[in-house]
Amino acid sequence: MFGALADRTRRDIVRRAIDGGEGVAELAKHYPMSFAAVQKHIAILERAGLVTKQRTGRRKVVRTNLEALRVARRLLDQYEDLWRGRVDRMAALVEA
Amino acid sequence: MTVIAVRKNPQALTMTVEAEFDAPAGRVWQLWADPRQLERWWGPPTYPATVTLHDVRPGGRVEYHMTGPEGDQPKGYWEITEAEPPKRLVFRDGFANDDGSPNTDMPVNLARVTIEEIGGGRTRMSIQSTYADTAAMEQQLAMGMEEGLTQAVGQIDAVLAEDTVRTR
Repeated sequence: MFGALADRTRRDIVRRAIDGGEGVAELAKHYPMSFAAVQKHIAILERAGLVTKQRTGRRKVVRTNLEALRVARRLLDQYEDLWRGRVDRMAALVEA
Repeated sequence: MTVIAVRKNPQALTMTVEAEFDAPAGRVWQLWADPRQLERWWGPPTYPATVTLHDVRPGGRVEYHMTGPEGDQPKGYWEITEAEPPKRLVFRDGFANDDGSPNTDMPVNLARVTIEEIGGGRTRMSIQSTYADTAAMEQQLAMGMEEGLTQAVGQIDAVLAEDTVRTR
């Protein structure tokens, strides 16, 4: 999942797809690259579970999976909390 | 006053923690090199650590278990690859089976600790942890974490950003 988020274009796609109003062709217009290249980025995000393609009427829109993003964020936050706790305990020992 | 900065790099799956202490480097080194000191900070209060083997020399090993609120005792070990007192410690940090052997089903995290005096009786310590993948990070967090830790949701910018820096 973090690998899928490692690319600037893909992060931008994830951001834009939060509203979920655009299809692949519309998203592709935002980037100075080929339609196929954008399609490839979206496929990587889809495999990582970060976006899904949903049918609304006759169109297929790309929508961000917010729950997947929250999981990634939560993991990093928990790890940060773990180490903040450790550093606080270390400081209490050496600065006493 | 401890100054701490945490840099999270989701793309490299690393987290770097930097802290400054009002203490000389030798004293900060003791936090790692003295098993009784290590026991006092490694585990959260709900999961105190007990160190049963401790040899922080290159090729050496540290073994410990933690004791959870339900009496559960997850085990872990370090394999020391580099040790240069009081400046540098590099080790593989893994989970162990009940008999103390490495649990190869579980991920191993590489930790690099550097300690340097910065003048005025202060010392800066940096710990860089590298994980193989997201699942590895998740498994490590499942051990020794406080129950019911606040689930930070909502803000997605930190995940989307290449690098997050928070200082207090």
